[in-house]
Amino acid sequence: MDYLVEILLLMLGAVLVENYIFSKFLGICPFLGVSEKPDTALGMGLAVTFVMTLSSAATWAVYYLILVPFGLEYLETIAFILIIASLVQLIEMFLRKFVPALYGALGIYLPLITTNCAVLGSALLNIQNGYDFIESLAYGFSSALGFTLAIVIFAGVRIRISFAKPPRSFRGTPIALIAAGLIAMAFSGFSGMKF
Amino acid sequence: MSNYTLKDFKNQLLDGIIFKNPVFMQLLGTCSTLAVTTSVTNAIGMGLSTTAVLIFSNMFISILRNFIPKQIRIASYIVIISGFVTAIQLLIKAYLPSLDKSLGLFIPLIVVNCIILARAESFASKNSVLPSAVDGLSMGLGFTFALVVLSSVREIIGSGKFAGIQILPDSYEPAIIFVLPSGAFLTLGCLIAVMNKIMYVRNKKLAAKKRALDKAAAEAELREIADEYANDMNEQAEEN
Repeated sequence: MDYLVEILLLMLGAVLVENYIFSKFLGICPFLGVSEKPDTALGMGLAVTFVMTLSSAATWAVYYLILVPFGLEYLETIAFILIIASLVQLIEMFLRKFVPALYGALGIYLPLITTNCAVLGSALLNIQNGYDFIESLAYGFSSALGFTLAIVIFAGVRIRISFAKPPRSFRGTPIALIAAGLIAMAFSGFSGMKF
Repeated sequence: MSNYTLKDFKNQLLDGIIFKNPVFMQLLGTCSTLAVTTSVTNAIGMGLSTTAVLIFSNMFISILRNFIPKQIRIASYIVIISGFVTAIQLLIKAYLPSLDKSLGLFIPLIVVNCIILARAESFASKNSVLPSAVDGLSMGLGFTFALVVLSSVREIIGSGKFAGIQILPDSYEPAIIFVLPSGAFLTLGCLIAVMNKIMYVRNKKLAAKKRALDKAAAEAELREIADEYANDMNEQAEEN
């Protein structure tokens, strides 16, 4: 029972308190790149959630079952990025063959995920924090949910911005970054919470 | 490569640092940009390690560009890049342990810094070794420059220090928001806006200069036509 509570608190913390975008700065590139519309943002978020949960499991297994027994811990970066790249490729092929509807919705976002630092970041953090298998899975899944939450909120804000008329040199990215800063300020309200 | 001149070198360097600056102009590598710029020391460390990786990976990819099959080029680039990143990571861990502690996760994350893959794909895979190395150097210096500017603003306003040395008087109340995550977004947004403003003014000046030149050229042409006409008239008058 205690273990279950611990897992739930870990997940809540990963979604709100240690949000990947607003407090850890992981995955900013897709956050700024694919947040023009809420529905594409949601698609990207779901694709990241899918890949990140699977990659958390795969990288944990490879690290503890292959790298540690052979004393190859220093190869973790190379090993993890290869696992993520091939996993993304595999998911893409699998979806195209067996779940074409889902492939149609997520397909275009999948290749972008290989270079999404949130995925590699969560794999490395799982190892750094010494999580066990279930904790890694929960952490990967819930930080991806946090990412999805952030990107969908931000896409909504950006739609409002597109109707506004900021000064000329602020148009486009600068005003989007300032909006992100304001959302981050709101999210920093969670940082005082102790679980 | 044989006719690579000093002028090409200068142009590439200017492109990387100012006109195509990876952070301010192309908005690449934002994750590490925002995360490590809480202090100038961190910014310089991050900038230089990224530069080193960029130079080596660009050179290596450029050497191998004719051997890597097109279909698997991205995967091969990532393996090459992560090899160099691991080397840099081990070097930093051995010789600069304090930097390793403060940059933490973001050293291995250089692998997925979009600047490196973007340069590999758009430059190193099409050009020979020397220009690719220079490209890596200039883009890396541009990245470092952007990080240093961003981190100086954040560190001076946010904690009254520059590179760890107190420069503002003790009576200054530091605005902590600037070292918090939201300050990173706000500062980068404002800096990009300033950069846009500078570019607008510069483009306007260039356009005005060009217009003046065009006008002068048009006037000269008109004068020529008028002179010709006058000559013709004179000749006709003489004939009559």
